Amino acid sequence: MITSNHLGGMEMRKIRTEELIPIIKELCKKACYELENELVDKLKESFEEEESELGKEVLDELIENAEYAKENQVASCQDTGITVVHMEIGQEVVWEGMYLYDAVNEGVRQGYEEGYLRKSVVGDPLIRENTGDNTPAVIRTDIVEGDKVKIVVMPKGAGSENMSRLKMLTPADGSEGVKSFVLETIRLAGGKACPPLIVGVGIGGTMDYAAWLSKRALQRPLGEANKAEHLKKLELELLEEINKTGIGPLGLGGTVTALDVNIEAFPCHIASLPVAVNLQCNSSRHAVVTI
Amino acid sequence: MKVKLPLTREVVEELNIGDVLELTGYLYTARDAAHKRMVETIERGGKPPIELDNQTIFYAAPCPAPPDKPIGSIGPTTSVRMDPYVETLLKEGLIAMIGKGDRSYYIPPLMKKYKAVYLLGLGGAAAIMARKVKEAREIAYVDLGAESIKELYVENLKVIVGIDTKGRILQEEGIAKYRKI
Ligand code: SF4
Repeated sequence: MITSNHLGGMEMRKIRTEELIPIIKELCKKACYELENELVDKLKESFEEEESELGKEVLDELIENAEYAKENQVASCQDTGITVVHMEIGQEVVWEGMYLYDAVNEGVRQGYEEGYLRKSVVGDPLIRENTGDNTPAVIRTDIVEGDKVKIVVMPKGAGSENMSRLKMLTPADGSEGVKSFVLETIRLAGGKACPPLIVGVGIGGTMDYAAWLSKRALQRPLGEANKAEHLKKLELELLEEINKTGIGPLGLGGTVTALDVNIEAFPCHIASLPVAVNLQCNSSRHAVVTI
Repeated sequence: MKVKLPLTREVVEELNIGDVLELTGYLYTARDAAHKRMVETIERGGKPPIELDNQTIFYAAPCPAPPDKPIGSIGPTTSVRMDPYVETLLKEGLIAMIGKGDRSYYIPPLMKKYKAVYLLGLGGAAAIMARKVKEAREIAYVDLGAESIKELYVENLKVIVGIDTKGRILQEEGIAKYRKI
């Protein structure tokens, strides 16, 4: 039994779980009100690139919307999502107080109530009664080195989430197989996922892990490429091809269908090649803090 | 192009895909659950809680209204989920729908047959769409919360004609124009 705060001579960092409540609350509001500057800049860049007049008009509205929402501290999109909370917890952290997940959910509850955010979660997926406070959040915790805790709050709208897909390819399909599955997903989504999109692709691991990789890929800062050369190349090729589909802003036809493609990969079984595509809409929201 | 609500069949027949409209007047919000209930009521021989003749339905469920505003952020939801209910409501006189995304293959012929239009709202631009809503009133199915039917008064709400009364589809023609692979 562990009774002290010293494990193997290592000083542990104590954090009270209650401290998370106001932090999560603020992150929920911030994520929904303020699209990141990088995203707004990218929308402005794509306004210059877009060839369709109607596409330009849409992009212009989206830029104005992001600026107005931030200035007035209102939700940039009405679908304030199901709340995905990802925590990377340093292994030198010891939690005290209420159950960690209860604290996270309390933060979400308060954030959605105080922030006038839409409650879009049903309790049982088949009975479908709204829980009334947007909880429970989809919480994922990873243990990492160190004594810090990184918290990412990512409200995920259904429009783009519903058009996301996963497929177990065979190893022989290779990167061409990945490409055609991603492109097929983008075509099927059309305007429903509110393009311009950010495309998260998870390759490898297991079925569930590939899906998680594709969601984590959406957390990567815009414009940052995968460190592996072959994946970086694949990201660029995919972005180019996606923008040749002609889907354009909101699916009305145009040359800007995606703003970025992020691939995350992980080792997998000799006989497997799982691929997941998680689509993110123009209202790509996340707020991050490290404590 | 500035357009007054309620729409008339004469006005609607003049509209073409890709036209950018600014709507002013009253319209209703209704989405999945409200559609299901309205259609069930009509199929049982009852009357829906709103008069649909020449009316416009906005597929939307807004955020709660902050204290100083008539409504929270509001924008279109994916229309295809409402497709099975469309013809029943068209028969009641519905003239326009505002939503986002493609619709089923059987929707354009219905737009032609009933002289109605499918309008596209700006998905993602919900904060500035809310700015165009001057009044909001919950009028039916209040138990559905965000999904209740609301009557909105909008001023210059920007929408784009997605399917016109000729049955033409903006997305199809727009994408074909820019498609390179
Ligand atoms: S897909 Fe994204 S931008 Fe579109 S309505 Fe949903 S949350 Fe908003």
